[in-house]
Amino acid sequence: MYAQLVKSDAIKSREDMSPEERAFQDRVDAGEKIEPKDWMPEGYRKTLVRQIGQHAHSEIVGQLPEGNWITRAPTLERKAILLAKVQDEAGHGLYLYSAAETLGVSRDELLEKLHSGKMKYSSIFNYPTLNWADMGAVGWLVDGAAIMNQVPLQRTSYGPYSRAMIRICKEESFHQRQGYSIMMKMAFGTPEQKEMAQDAMNRFWYPALMMFGPSDKDSVHSAQSMAWKIKINTNDELRQKFVNETVPQAEYLGLTIPDENLAWNEEKQGYDFSEPDWSEFFEVIKGNGPCNRERLGDRVKAWEDGAWFRDGLNAYAERAAERRRAASVAAE
Amino acid sequence: MSKKEWPLWEVFIRGQHGLNHRHVGSLHAPDAEMAINHARDVYTRRKEGVSIWVVPSKEITASSPSEKGPLFDPAESKTYRHPTFFDIPEEVGKM
Ligand SMILES: [Fe+2]
Ligand SMILES: [Fe+2]
Repeated sequence: MYAQLVKSDAIKSREDMSPEERAFQDRVDAGEKIEPKDWMPEGYRKTLVRQIGQHAHSEIVGQLPEGNWITRAPTLERKAILLAKVQDEAGHGLYLYSAAETLGVSRDELLEKLHSGKMKYSSIFNYPTLNWADMGAVGWLVDGAAIMNQVPLQRTSYGPYSRAMIRICKEESFHQRQGYSIMMKMAFGTPEQKEMAQDAMNRFWYPALMMFGPSDKDSVHSAQSMAWKIKINTNDELRQKFVNETVPQAEYLGLTIPDENLAWNEEKQGYDFSEPDWSEFFEVIKGNGPCNRERLGDRVKAWEDGAWFRDGLNAYAERAAERRRAASVAAE
Repeated sequence: MSKKEWPLWEVFIRGQHGLNHRHVGSLHAPDAEMAINHARDVYTRRKEGVSIWVVPSKEITASSPSEKGPLFDPAESKTYRHPTFFDIPEEVGKM
């Protein structure tokens, strides 16, 4: 999802656990929250750093495809709304970096790993946003898919991660609704507008399905993460849920989901649908998507261009502290 | 390029007049003034607060999980500290 391919350990059986590991697992099973100073298995800590870090990176890289349209929004109101939405995403990144920092990594370390390509962000943000209808499709489908994953994660075992998720979920619903509202405007507008809405849906449908990560049969080691409650549902479960909820929303808009195999399955009480092209997914993850280079380049540039500003504020803070010290010495 | 990281601050917000400040999260900032500015941008975008406190994270002393027993167990046996411990006859009226 926002963390699609998180490497983690193979699951440990109860017999193989140390007494500490067993006590830890009992706490997780009992629904207790694990807090930063509590004992935790090294694998739990490492997996969480990767997962929360990937999630945080996705929030801030996710600002780029939408940031592209802030200055091109069709009305002042839409511009203010999109700006607020993109600002929220910066906040989401911050909540998550803070949660990761409680596990003993620093935010700058994580950013360095993002910028050097050692850590990933969600594949979805490597697709281009070509026109205003894409702002609708992104809010509706991309934030919609993110919500699917984030709602259950509010119950995750790690306290700081869970609290970050609760805060994020409170804000996400606005994101999805503003996207759907753009889609309604376009789908119920002129034939050209409707065509743009359909085209945006066609381009974002499969990449949105990929957000949930590879199919369960190819998902490595999710059993350990599920036992630790840092993953709550399987990729396929969430993907199915997303399709079930999205189909009626598309029908209301009069848009066609670009999948010939989409059909209601009475028996499973859900839709049958085509899997996305997984070879495309792995190519995008490897860095060969349509916008990987541009996105990472923009991130690195923003970080480097902001260095003088961060340094300036540091220098100011140091001078001010010196002046305060001098003043208190003089007063003595 | 800058190598110095901005220090970490803990943020406390008073949600409404008359309530306590509550811990809401943390953030990085070069000094207290900027920490307040950032806290306002990050934690009060939807009218979540009327007042902000920021404290350098390194100034916070926390009890350790291993002290949980000695610190908190003694309260367990002292149920007489709660009003419900005492049965007051109904005839006495509201108390
Ligand atoms: Fe977000
Ligand atoms: Fe969002």
